[in-house]
Amino acid sequence: MAYYAGIDVGSLATKCVVIDDDGRAAANATLPTGVAGAAAARKAFDEALAGVGISAGEVARVVGTGYGRAHVPFADRAVTEIMCHARGAFEHVGGGVTVVDVGGQDVKAIRVNDRGGVAEFAMNDRCAAGTGRFLEIMARALEMDLAELAGIDAGRPDAAKVNNMCTVFAESEVVGLLHEGVEPAAIGAGILRAVAERVSSLASRLGGNRYVLSGGVALNRGFALALAVALRRDVDVLPDPQFVGALGAALLARG
Amino acid sequence: MADDWTGMWKELGLDLEKHDVLMGALGPLYLKWFTDQPNRPETMAYYDFVISQVHGLRIKELLDHKKKGGTVVGTFCLFVPEEVVVALDGVAVGLCAGADFSVPIAEAELPRNLCPLIKSFYGFKLGKICPYFESADVVVGETTCDGKKKAYELLGEIHPVYVMEVPNKKGPADRELWRAELDNFVAAMEKTTGNKLTEENLAAAVKKVNAKRRAIKRVHELRWNDPTPISGKDALLIMQISLYDDLDRFTQKTNEVADELEKRVAAGEGVFDKGTPRLMISGTPMAIPNWKVHQVVETSGAAVVAEEMCTGFRYYKNTIDEGAKTLEEMKEALLDHYMEINCACFTPNEPRLDDIDYLFKNSRARGIIHATLSFCTPYLVEAENVKKFADGRGIPMLALETDYSDGDVGRLKTRVEALLEQVSS
Repeated sequence: MAYYAGIDVGSLATKCVVIDDDGRAAANATLPTGVAGAAAARKAFDEALAGVGISAGEVARVVGTGYGRAHVPFADRAVTEIMCHARGAFEHVGGGVTVVDVGGQDVKAIRVNDRGGVAEFAMNDRCAAGTGRFLEIMARALEMDLAELAGIDAGRPDAAKVNNMCTVFAESEVVGLLHEGVEPAAIGAGILRAVAERVSSLASRLGGNRYVLSGGVALNRGFALALAVALRRDVDVLPDPQFVGALGAALLARG
Repeated sequence: MADDWTGMWKELGLDLEKHDVLMGALGPLYLKWFTDQPNRPETMAYYDFVISQVHGLRIKELLDHKKKGGTVVGTFCLFVPEEVVVALDGVAVGLCAGADFSVPIAEAELPRNLCPLIKSFYGFKLGKICPYFESADVVVGETTCDGKKKAYELLGEIHPVYVMEVPNKKGPADRELWRAELDNFVAAMEKTTGNKLTEENLAAAVKKVNAKRRAIKRVHELRWNDPTPISGKDALLIMQISLYDDLDRFTQKTNEVADELEKRVAAGEGVFDKGTPRLMISGTPMAIPNWKVHQVVETSGAAVVAEEMCTGFRYYKNTIDEGAKTLEEMKEALLDHYMEINCACFTPNEPRLDDIDYLFKNSRARGIIHATLSFCTPYLVEAENVKKFADGRGIPMLALETDYSDGDVGRLKTRVEALLEQVSS
């Protein structure tokens, strides 16, 4: 049996998915990217191989993707994360969907064609607003962990209004609200709403009737719900959303 | 042997320390991005030389011209009729406006959320690092955007400035406005140069500038071949250098490039392999040393084969009618020409889409990159019109907004590569 691997070297986390001939995910692994993308890629690859119980020699092809895609020394080729997320999402739900990928440092919206390719895409400009990093920093300002922030109902009626989308200014705005005595959960709800609004304006540029969510931030349930409200559409979280890019890369490696 | 121009720069009042830092950064960048390109046309050696002398020999030529009683006119925009300047024995030069280096200097006075081209030129003047600025007897500005319009007021306090009002529409009343502006400009230039515009000198100037436009057009249209005989970066460089080099020499050298490219095309030779994905770029001008988007594209496995920009098609698309006899007829021909430039300062600006359509088809491009300088409102909004046009024809298009810094190169590369994946799939 031949195996194929996809390695997604993201700005915060590196993910690896190994699939078999039939395209079934045999194992996956994720770890922080840290300062050395190549080392993280190797480690994630080794972990995934151990998960399947095979050696590197049994992997027929490897595709690297993500922001560190050019620095996966053992990859056969590099493909952009935009194409990989389209392919990974297509595997789960088929074509005609708009994938919203919210990662550590960027946000992408990708309209998937009926062959699993990219029909159109949009990406945030140089700004961390609406990304995983933004949510991390806001959670820290609220002295919450990410799971707590994710558990907040963004629809609560007392949600605070958070106006700043610059990470640094938003942090000071949050601190200001805390000093005024606003309840942390109400501020958290405001943050989820603000991020969802920002992401939805990017996603609406592409249009579409069906939205699916991938990337690490998709695990944040509060955000996913807030995004559905902002888009006025259902938003389905893809299975193992943080691995969608790596899965797409593995599928492209299989060809 | 490197010439020492320090004395000349000191006389011009340049800030030598800052100027050294700028030139120290520009040289290695140019070597890395240009001279290392494989299969480069041999005739590009001339432009390498021009760049090596960008603040040296060319400045000396300008100063020599002034010593002989000539005038140097600095410009930033295609709307300034260079034929008039040339006819009056002036030299028109595009001023420094494409480097990130001078942006922080300008930000001492200008807002951050302003187009980098404006901040760059203002910083060059404020910091005294552009010898072209310091050689220019007058800077001729224009009202193609609000940012420039207001910046010229500030600039006017530290340098002689003359501003032409470019209309915002293309109706009969707008043509009347532009006619009056042309007359005013002629009068102002006659005063500055001490020369009188005549049928003879204007006819000669029109011929010369037309020849320059035709030479650039030859080079740029030879890129329509596959494989393209010249890289997009080199074609852009030639266009950029046309804005400040000696007019007749530039025309001659550029025709020599075209001759070499014709031979290459006949032999089926190119700079990239036949079948390399081809993209066209549309949007705001790229002033030296702004080569960022071209560099990203051409290091991602694709070729730039056309530019629907001021530093490109908008400059060489049309020539001016040489059949006009009287001065009045000649001015009408100038009016015709300049009102045909499809800048986003006009509303509506639908003919720009026809230009894009024409260039896209003829250059055999497979995708469009709409590249806009940050905060350039007219082009940023017009990107949506271009997007609708591209969508309607099923053309993959990528809209980029970027400045002169290199902080977003990684992000740009991801997007450009994704566009190429779309084009190739």
